[in-house]
Amino acid sequence: MTAITLNVIVQGVLTGLVYGLMALGLSVIFGVMRVVNFAHGEFTVVAMYAAFILFEVLHVEPLIALLPIAAVFFGIGYVLQRSLITPFIGRAEHEQFILLVGLATVIVNGVLLIFGPDARPINLPYSFDSYAVGPLFIDKVRVLAAVAALAVAAALFLFFRYTRTGTAIRACADNLTGAAVVGLNVKQLYAVTFGLGLACVGAAGSLMATIADASPGLAQAYTLLAFTIVIIGGLGSMVGALVGGVLIGVSEALAGFYIQPSMKSMFSFALLIIVLVLRPQGLMGRRL
Amino acid sequence: MSDIWHNTRWHGKAIALLLLLAFIAAPIIADRYLLSVLILVFYFAYLGQAWNLLMGFAGQLSLGHALYLGLGAYTATALWTLFGIGPWMGVFIAVPVAAAAGMFVGWLGWRFAIEGVYFALLTIAFAEFTRIGFDHLQITGGAGGMFLSVNSVGADKWWNLGGGPLLYYYLSLVLAVSATFLVARLRQSSLGYRWLAVREDPEAAQAVGINIFRARMIAMLISSSMTAVGGVFYGFYYRNLFPSQVFDIGRSIELILAPIIGGLGTIFGPIVGAIILTPLGEGLTGLMQAFGINAPGAKLIFYGLTLMVIISLRPDGVWPWIARHLRLDGSRK
Repeated sequence: MTAITLNVIVQGVLTGLVYGLMALGLSVIFGVMRVVNFAHGEFTVVAMYAAFILFEVLHVEPLIALLPIAAVFFGIGYVLQRSLITPFIGRAEHEQFILLVGLATVIVNGVLLIFGPDARPINLPYSFDSYAVGPLFIDKVRVLAAVAALAVAAALFLFFRYTRTGTAIRACADNLTGAAVVGLNVKQLYAVTFGLGLACVGAAGSLMATIADASPGLAQAYTLLAFTIVIIGGLGSMVGALVGGVLIGVSEALAGFYIQPSMKSMFSFALLIIVLVLRPQGLMGRRL
Repeated sequence: MSDIWHNTRWHGKAIALLLLLAFIAAPIIADRYLLSVLILVFYFAYLGQAWNLLMGFAGQLSLGHALYLGLGAYTATALWTLFGIGPWMGVFIAVPVAAAAGMFVGWLGWRFAIEGVYFALLTIAFAEFTRIGFDHLQITGGAGGMFLSVNSVGADKWWNLGGGPLLYYYLSLVLAVSATFLVARLRQSSLGYRWLAVREDPEAAQAVGINIFRARMIAMLISSSMTAVGGVFYGFYYRNLFPSQVFDIGRSIELILAPIIGGLGTIFGPIVGAIILTPLGEGLTGLMQAFGINAPGAKLIFYGLTLMVIISLRPDGVWPWIARHLRLDGSRK
């Protein structure tokens, strides 16, 4: 393997980890509530704009802005679940889907209305720095973003593993009736779950803002990207989301470098179609 | 259709006939702008019928119908611009192309038991895949789009789907009305009942001997074929095609609005939905123009909010509610 291919792959892995964090949010929401958040990419883009504004106005670096943005997104998710989505739990699948398609349409066009169609780049002082490791040149922003994405993902793993709320949420996911019987406040836990899912999106969006320029056109692409990753990794599997993210990141990077950047997502969709046909539960998912 | 007609009370029949007559006579008084709005109403009613067949009757959510619309539009347009084959001939090639795509998506999905949300995502993935493909397809102009020339011989003749608004007006009206008759006819057929059985409970349907795969495939075949005809109309009405517009997921969402708002799985829902929604959307655009507001996303925000409100408050759509209040259905008490 040539050094250049290796370079492309490493960049793909780093970007893929940020993708993975975004997809993790989708996976958590679906894994627990069976609600498909069709507005996922739209929220990601809103987070990117939030990071952009914090940087332009208050000169806060996206890596730090990540924390308040994730916190605000947790609040948005919590309120959204409590107000809009709760009545849809247990209703027909397509009704939830259509509700969120409507929400996605409103958000993306709201962003378009407020910010216009132009891309908004964040120019960090170290945007063009890179580390030289042997034959590799690795972008500093991508390394920082990937490390931060892993840190957030690890925090989420620990939360689900070791806290009472996290365990309770897993109980809801495993056996909803059982969880309700032992007295868990399911509505509250669902709201927390949606909040956590959106917090992932908030964090991922802040990081994404450092490696891609925010624009409304990205929203649908990211929604599809998140779905592709989560289906490839396995809906509801947290590790699967990260693995899927890295896979898609590498496939995009290779296709973008060797074929054409504008055709990179074609390969992601092809990968998705292959996985759907050969292993519909995803690489890490449990049997459907 | 006959059963539906029989079961409709006399004032329901009167309203339907009057509405049809009004639409036929509309060009006498309507100006160009109003005609263009009505063309959109019929166009969305027609596409709504096509989509509703798959979702409302067979219970399979497709969010990628732009694929069949785009393939229909591109095939017919390419045949005309590249080989001089007119749309009345071209439609016989455009429909099989789109239907083949539909059958492939359906086969891939249902053969491997990909249903519900997964199926919807599969349909989106195929539409997006095709969009990017057409962006790079040089023969149809790639991302730069394809344009119908107005200068070539016979381009302005009706038999090549060229001409004034009246041609498109009556063509779209005929499409919408005949689609409604077809859907009503199918709904009353044994196939229609099989679809409903599959939609309501696939396992039970299979237990009574219905081949659910086959039933869904037939629904997909008819739905994608009808959508492709709509695509041919789209191509020759707008006379320019861009992959980023025709295959866009926004297109797929736009064409599901009328049946959802009108009423999923009903025969008149897509028509009622299109009659309600299209003028509102156009009116909003007109109003903003009048006030000099340039807000490109406002119409879609409005559509998105409408979707959310309707699906929250009236998931069955407005048509069942209207029908009940006007007491149109004579078969029920």
